[in-house]
Formats: sequence, C-alpha cells, structure tokens
Amino acid sequence: MSAALALFKRELRIASRAGGGGAMGVVFFLILITIVPFAIGPDLNLLSRIGPAILWIAALLAMLLGLDRLFLGDHEDGSLDLLQMGALPLEVVIVVKCLAHWAVTGLPLVIVAPLFGLMLAVEGDGLAGVAASLLAGTPALTLIGAIGAALTVSLRRGGLLLAILVLPFTVPVLIFGVSAASAASGGTVPFATPFLILCALSLAALALAPFAAAAALRSRD
Amino acid sequence: MTRGPRLLVENLALVRGTRRLAQGLSFALESGQALSITGPNGAGKSTLLRVLAGLLAPAAGTVSLSGVDPQEMAQHIHYAGHAEALKNALTARENLQFWSALLGGPAGLTPQQALERVNLAHLPDLPVSYLSAGQRRRVALARLLVAPRPLWLMDEPSTALDTAAQARLAELMEAHLSGGGLIVAATHSPLGVPAGELMLGGRP
Repeated sequence: MSAALALFKRELRIASRAGGGGAMGVVFFLILITIVPFAIGPDLNLLSRIGPAILWIAALLAMLLGLDRLFLGDHEDGSLDLLQMGALPLEVVIVVKCLAHWAVTGLPLVIVAPLFGLMLAVEGDGLAGVAASLLAGTPALTLIGAIGAALTVSLRRGGLLLAILVLPFTVPVLIFGVSAASAASGGTVPFATPFLILCALSLAALALAPFAAAAALRSRD
Repeated sequence: MTRGPRLLVENLALVRGTRRLAQGLSFALESGQALSITGPNGAGKSTLLRVLAGLLAPAAGTVSLSGVDPQEMAQHIHYAGHAEALKNALTARENLQFWSALLGGPAGLTPQQALERVNLAHLPDLPVSYLSAGQRRRVALARLLVAPRPLWLMDEPSTALDTAAQARLAELMEAHLSGGGLIVAATHSPLGVPAGELMLGGRP
C-alpha cells in the first residue's frame, strides 16, 4: 500500500515540476472550445445544441495529447524495468499510474468543462450533465489509452500510432458520454440510462485494461 | 557473515532477435561470490543480465536462486542497467525515497545515509538533471543500498565514474559480498573485487 502511495505521489510530483506538462491538456481544451464558435458562427441555438458534443470531442483530444508519455519516460530512463521487479504487481503499477495521469489530465477537464461550456451557450442542467458525464467517462479514456501507450512504448514516434490505435476504441465512450450530456439538457432519453452505461464502460476498462497493458509492457524487448 | 542464497544457472540459451548469442550456459554462484562477464561488444552481456533479472525470457534453460520462490525472484535482485532509472525533475533524495518505498523488502539505509556512502551527501536536494553523468551513476548506486537485496546485477557499473568513485564502488561491492551477497557484473575493466570470469564469445 505504501509503495502504491509512493508511486502516486511521485507521478503527481513529476507532473507538477517544470516540464511536467500538467496544464497542457486544459490549455489545448480551451483552444479547441474557443475556435469552434469562430468556425460555426454566432448561432446560439446551434451552438447550444451541439455544445455537449463539442465539449466531449475536445476532452477526448485533450486526453489523448499526453497519453503517449504515460509509460514513455519510465521506459526510456529504465524505471520501468525496476517497477517490473518491485513488490508491487505491474497491474497495480499501471492502475496507480493511470489514476495519477487522470488526476492530472482528466480531472482538470471535468472542473473547467462547465466554465468553457458557457462559451458554447450550454446552460444550467446541460453544464452539470457535461461535467458529470466527463467525470464518469474520462477514466475509461485514460485506461483504454494505457493499453495503446503500453503497446507503442518501445516505438520511436509512437504518439501518432497511439492515437490511431486508441481512437476507434473510444467511440462507445464518446457515444454514451455525449448522449448523457445531451440528455441532461432535455430530450426524450432519461439521463440515467446513458450515464449508467458510461459508468459501466469505465468500470469494464478498469477491470480489463491493466492486464492488457501489463502484458504489453512485459513483452516489450 | 550471513549466508545468502545461491544463484544457479542451468543450460541457458540466449537469443536476441534471430541471433543466437550463447547456448548451454551453466554456472553456479555461491553466497559471497562475484562473477564478471566479459566479451566483445554485442556478445550478449547485457542480454544475459536482463535474462537473469527476469526481464527477458531465456530461449532455453533456467535461472534460480536457492530458497526463493521463482515467482518472487525479481524481488531479490537489484538490476543496475545502463539507464539510471532517475527522474530528472526530482531531487536525488526524492528519487531514492521513491525507490526505497517501491522496492520494499527489509529496511536499508536512509536516502541520506546512502548518499553519504557514495560521497554525495552535499547534494541531496538538487534536481537530478543538474548532476553530472558520474554523479547520476553514484545516485543510481545509492539505490542499491536503500533496499537491501542479495543479488546485484550490474551493467558496466564503473561507467562515467572517476578514480575515487571507482574505489568507493569497489568498497561497496566488497561490503555487499562480505555480507553474503552475490554480484554479477558485465564489465570491460577489472571489477575491483575478486571475481570469477565468464567470457561470452562474440562474432565480429
């Protein structure tokens, strides 16, 4: 337990130091949200209708941005070899690293999404729906991404390959995330239905991804 | 002198990609003994160390430590490879604290004591990125002291070390061996402690 806690603290500490890139995802998210009204035009009805979807796509891309570094640093400096030889099972190491990565990249998006939603004329319940669906769905993005990050860790310039590998598998999360967020601001579907499926996707990813990622990391040469 | 475990390697074959580096490799290392692996570049020295550490699967053969469950063998081994496993953003003390917590096992020296042993007691709070190559290597060696483990696998341990630091490394290895530990080191220069030699053949 203390080993897992030490790993979590170390990940947060590295992210918070210079060059950790902790705030990069949020800034990228802000830029994406900002350019959408310029492209679509000042049609508030249209913006508020597609707002939740824009927020989700922006969150998905912002999450993807830092994923290639999830295991890369530890692979390059040899830490991964030692993490593999520690008392902590590699699967647990991966869960802890994903948790720390989510706390640095996913959680800030959940917090700022209601604020940025205002720029897309999303209102009241819709903002709460976006935040709630991001809270439930972004862990799945990190965990699915961890499999891709583990598979591409020993490749040079694996970042683009990672995006190509991972994005198709995030489609279910995107579908139910957007439908939960849209349902919150009115519509025929009750909020709970897509939201619970979104929670289930995150839990399933939590159950499966660590084992898949650990197998990929063990077989790297 | 306490008795440590015994390292037994039987009929090991090493393959890297499609190249067969060695086969029928067998040796035993008793508690308190060191073995230096020599051979030209590309002979398979690093590969052998990674196989002993359990990081690579051998093409054939077995590696075992007496009295240790094969599943838990990695937890009795320190692997000091070419990469130092140090985070540039963290200080030397933070790096060692982390590895001490993560590697677990019986309590070793505190990070400060370990840094004193490698003559770096004056730099505990400097981010590792500011250290020279030799100093980084010494922090990596200090890691072996914060979590005691019987078998040390060292890949070119004296790289980048000055003469004084090489002598200090020899003292550390001496102390580890007299405490019943085992050392297997891949090296081009003399190890500094009495050691058996295993020559890996290489093709030019």
